[in-house]
Amino acid sequence: MKRKSKEKANHIIALIVIFVALIFYLIPVYWIISTSFKPYLDIFAMPPKFLFKPTTDNYVGLMTVRAMSTEGETETVGASPFPRQLLNSIIIGFVSTALAVALGTMSAYAFSRFPIKGKGDMMFFILSTRMMPPVAVVIPLFLMYRTLHLIDTHFGLILLYTTFNVSFATWMMKGFIDEIPKEYEEAALVDGYTRFQAFIKIILPQSVTGIAATAVFCLITAWNEFTFALIMTTKNARTAPPSLASRMGSSGVEWGQIAAGTLIFLLPIVVFTFIMRKHLLRGVTFGAIKK
Amino acid sequence: MSINASKAYGMQDYRLKMMFIVPTMILLIVMNIFPLLWSLILSFTKYSAIAPESPEFIGTDNYVQILSDSSTWAYFRTTAYFVILAVTAQFIIGFGLALLLNRDFKGKSIITPLMLIPMMLSPVVVGLFWRFILDTQWGLLNYLLSLVPHGIFAIMDGINKFAYLINFPYIISPDITDGLQKLTESARGIIWLTKPKTALFSLVIIDTWMWSPFMMLLSLAGLSAVPKYLYEAAEIDRASTWFKFRHITLPLVAPLLYIALLFRTMDAFKLFDLAIIGTNGGPGSATETVSLNLYRRAFESWNTGESCALAYVLLVIIIALSNIYIKYLNKARSS
Repeated sequence: MKRKSKEKANHIIALIVIFVALIFYLIPVYWIISTSFKPYLDIFAMPPKFLFKPTTDNYVGLMTVRAMSTEGETETVGASPFPRQLLNSIIIGFVSTALAVALGTMSAYAFSRFPIKGKGDMMFFILSTRMMPPVAVVIPLFLMYRTLHLIDTHFGLILLYTTFNVSFATWMMKGFIDEIPKEYEEAALVDGYTRFQAFIKIILPQSVTGIAATAVFCLITAWNEFTFALIMTTKNARTAPPSLASRMGSSGVEWGQIAAGTLIFLLPIVVFTFIMRKHLLRGVTFGAIKK
Repeated sequence: MSINASKAYGMQDYRLKMMFIVPTMILLIVMNIFPLLWSLILSFTKYSAIAPESPEFIGTDNYVQILSDSSTWAYFRTTAYFVILAVTAQFIIGFGLALLLNRDFKGKSIITPLMLIPMMLSPVVVGLFWRFILDTQWGLLNYLLSLVPHGIFAIMDGINKFAYLINFPYIISPDITDGLQKLTESARGIIWLTKPKTALFSLVIIDTWMWSPFMMLLSLAGLSAVPKYLYEAAEIDRASTWFKFRHITLPLVAPLLYIALLFRTMDAFKLFDLAIIGTNGGPGSATETVSLNLYRRAFESWNTGESCALAYVLLVIIIALSNIYIKYLNKARSS
């Protein structure tokens, strides 16, 4: 009896600690969201304002360039570079994700099904490329890109992010493809399919879950990447992360606009994850069962 | 099936195998191995990427220069402090939370994913926003911290006022209430990012906020894989909670914990984006990590040869560190 009540007390304490941790993780997130809708003066209010009249000023300010007109009124004179940088992020993020997942699935299939000399070493080599500090490889890559005129191009960043993610995609997809019974394809081969047809018609549909989960992780990595984007782009192909960071310096920090930019920047990822969520949930449980 | 047909399949398989592996391998070699070799060569030369002169071979001068420079060691020390503090904090918080979360309660399926939000955000966003939260004047953190002593003060003040009302002498001495008020004031004035002593600590807080969920996720995966019957058997033997933790939970979770620690240590060692945005190495060089310094040497002062040498020193240390981890990992797996 005594033991029971002690357990109950422990349970309640655990729940309280979990709740406190949840608040610790979520307050900064809430602060970003609320700041993006705050009027300028409320952002710097002390004590901080938890209740305020929401406004879209920050979003308008982020997307447009405004100037003082002759009557002393501020008016919109054009679009800011932010929408374009967001578009760059979308192009580079999604294309590199598609490429990395395609290449990764292909090599994972080969590693999973065919006898390959030094397979273990090759898989380790693929993993080790991921462990490398980006600042260590960025210098020669920068020189290489300069010679090939790839600096500040979409293609250059797509190539970089594909390389980043292909090692991860190979490892992750190998786990999934290993789980698909070989008999499926063998049956298809007996039926007169070529290996390639069997891969397309049997393996791909079977590994949709893995592909979705891998794609989400690859997209998040490419989407959030900052170091290479900062060094390898200047204007044309500049993605949103370095552009958000550069808002820091110019004439007083526009926290409201940074928050607004952050939220818009998060939106595509959230939408993509939401679309993939069914597969993703299955993917995560699949991986857990495998372990 | 005739011999010819199976041979044809063999050829077909071989071609497909090549077609599937070669692009990935070429990409990795061109984008990783080739640059690494190039920078190895450059590390033995005097070269600046923006100067018209071509690289001039100078032997190991760059390495001697870097390793004999005391500031290099200071950057390594800063990085080491950061790695140790951040990874320890993340381990304690992440593993601790996982132990707590490894039970059934209402809302678990909502709370766990919500806790993973920080690690999905971009380091840029995290760095920028924590700068705002840690701001001395307008920051949320100082305000929230000041609420604690202020709250206690308000309660004690209330007690004293009540005592005064019923003609009773002060119950709580004015020393305590004054002290609390002072504490409130000083909590409002904590300087986080612009004081050498606290700046590194601030980066640790930010990194821990962002990455302890990762530690929690992997620990949770390990914990949920521990078979329940082991605990039940221990229960019959009336084993203590500590005994169960020490002899059942820990050994079984250890391999995954090592993997999580390996990933976090490597990542913390490479710390760049959070630092350049959070503090930009400052104040002075209090938070100048090796990666940050490497970036500055390479792309601000354009000492390309020298920075390639530093990159190699960093690389060797990272490889050595990961080997130590992998050794422990294998030990944990085999036992």
